[in-house]
Amino acid sequence: MTEPLTVAVGDQIPAFTRTTGLHEWNRYAAVNDEFVSIHMDDEAGRAAGFPSAIGMGRLQWSYVHVMLRSWLPPGGRIRHVRTQLRSPNLKGATVNVSATVTAVREGDGIRTIDLDIMCVDQDGSQLAPGSATVEVPLAS
Amino acid sequence: MAAAVGGVLAVRVSYPVSASDIRRWAIAVYFPDRPPRQYWDAAYAATLPTGGIVAPEEFNPFAWMAAVPEAPAIKPSSTHPDSVEIRLGVPGPGLTFQLNAGMESEYGVWMRPGDVITSVTSLKHYRETAGRLGLMLITTLEDRWTNQAGELVQLAQSTSIRY
Repeated sequence: MTEPLTVAVGDQIPAFTRTTGLHEWNRYAAVNDEFVSIHMDDEAGRAAGFPSAIGMGRLQWSYVHVMLRSWLPPGGRIRHVRTQLRSPNLKGATVNVSATVTAVREGDGIRTIDLDIMCVDQDGSQLAPGSATVEVPLAS
Repeated sequence: MAAAVGGVLAVRVSYPVSASDIRRWAIAVYFPDRPPRQYWDAAYAATLPTGGIVAPEEFNPFAWMAAVPEAPAIKPSSTHPDSVEIRLGVPGPGLTFQLNAGMESEYGVWMRPGDVITSVTSLKHYRETAGRLGLMLITTLEDRWTNQAGELVQLAQSTSIRY
């Protein structure tokens, strides 16, 4: 396992994978008040130019955060996240979120780690590239 | 529309964040996995460096209702393609579809149960681009969240595509 206190540039952190559809989207709509037709109705998705209803960009955003939190130890913090939504998360797609370390620096008792983020579907289509910065305390 | 850049679309104040809101958010974003214990077991969370339950960073305390919402007379549906311009009191582009194009957030202090969050949303910029579905309007909003102590919780940017 690649731990935050030992990672180096080029290391990959553990990925997060989720097959998505109405079960995931409806739960997210319920907490984020996001009952939008293109996330609920295939007809509405097709009217907007897609082959089906599509998942919420904000849920992919949450999946990036879930991946980072699952990796960080207690006391770790997500400081910055950026994602660009390039392709829709179609119904039934498997979303895979991965991250590669791009920089590591230390100071004031904190290890700061920059990462490149990538969300792809089961066909390798880029759904949401991005970046993140996290912090981990050097001493417990 | 360009003259509206920099304008404030909305100032909202949340209801106090509740442990139940946090637990349900965690259930939704971790589904079908069980959410981590730190989001639903207060005694366990108290043993962690956070000192208690805190919200997942991307938690939205403004879902469903705000304690101080926008004035109803100027609040269109958030899914209305011209909702930004309607809020700013200028004519919108009249486009049909609106999609989320991206997000960026810088996080400050944790959100905890009992916190009351204030959000100030402003129009940061417009940009036009040609996409596979035709000419598209890219709109970026900035949203600054502070807690009841005036501490920065989150500085966010969200970008939408309209076509």
